[in-house]
Amino acid sequence: MADAALFEFLHTEMVAELWAHHSDPGPGGQKMSLCVLEGMGFRVGQALGERLPQETLAFREELDVLKFLCKDLWVAVFQKQMDSLRTNHQGTYVLQDNSFPLLIRMASGLQYLEEAPKFLTFTCGLLRGTLSTLGIKSLVTASVASLPTCKFQVVIQKT
Amino acid sequence: MAVCVAVIAKENYPLYIRSSPTENELKFHYMVHTSLDVVDEKISAMGKALVDQRELYLGLLYPTEDHKVYPSYLLCRYGYVTNSKVKFVMVVDSSNTALRDNEIRSMFRKLHSSYTDVMCNPFYNPGDRIQSRAFDSMVTSMMVQVC
Repeated sequence: MADAALFEFLHTEMVAELWAHHSDPGPGGQKMSLCVLEGMGFRVGQALGERLPQETLAFREELDVLKFLCKDLWVAVFQKQMDSLRTNHQGTYVLQDNSFPLLIRMASGLQYLEEAPKFLTFTCGLLRGTLSTLGIKSLVTASVASLPTCKFQVVIQKT
Repeated sequence: MAVCVAVIAKENYPLYIRSSPTENELKFHYMVHTSLDVVDEKISAMGKALVDQRELYLGLLYPTEDHKVYPSYLLCRYGYVTNSKVKFVMVVDSSNTALRDNEIRSMFRKLHSSYTDVMCNPFYNPGDRIQSRAFDSMVTSMMVQVC
C-alpha cells in the first residue's frame, strides 16, 4: 500500500522539521511547534470535512458525526476503522485505536512513550477541523498508555 | 436558466452571490435573503419529523410571478444544504423552459463539488468570500446553460 506510506513519511518529516526548529526547546518553543502542527491538522480536517461527506446524507445528530469520524474519516486517512468509540452521553467521547498507523512503526510497548504525543498532535487537529466543518466546536486531546494503542478524547464545547 | 446563484455560509452571510441581469441585482439579493428563512424552516422541520435519512437537496422553496418587471419572469427558488450547513440558493427563470428536477439536482451537485474544490484550496481561508476564477467560470456556465 504505497499511498499509506507516503502520508506516514510526510508526517514523520513534518514532526521532525517542526521539532528541529526549536533545537534548544524551552517549554515555550515546544508549545509553538505543537500549535503549528495542530493548526495544520485543523486546516486539513476542514477540507476533509467538506469533501468526504459529499455523497452521504445529512447527519441527524452528534453521535452520527462521531461515527462518521470513526469509520469514514479514519478509513480515508489511515485505511482502517477506529477500534472503539465510547461516550458518556454528556458531550465527551473517547475514540480508541489499538494499532495507530502513525505509531505502529515506532515501537510496541513502553519504549518511546515520551516522544509519542507529538506524533498525535496532527491527528488531534485533523479531528478538530473535521468536527468544526460539520458544525461542532470541540477540544481534542490524545493520550498514549502503551504504543501503538492510543486514545483521542473529544470534548464538545457547548456554547 | 439560472438567473442568480448564491452560496451562504453557515452563519448566514453570503460567501458568493452572482446574478445575471445586473440591473436587478439588489432584488435578487433580497430574494436570496428571504429564501434563507424557508431553508431554515425546511431543515428544522425535517429534523423533527424523525426521517431516517435527510437529503441534501431541499427542492423548490417557493415561486413568484413577477409582473412588475417587464418581461415577466416566473422565478423559482431552489435550495440545497451541505453537511457543513453551507447553503446554496438558486433562482431560476422557468418561463421559457420548465427545468426538470433532475437538471436542478445536477446543477447543485456541480456547485457542491466546485465548492468542495474551493475549500480544499490551500490559499482559501474558510469563511472568506469566494474569489476563485474556476468557481466563477463554473457558475457562468450554469447561467448561460439552458436558454
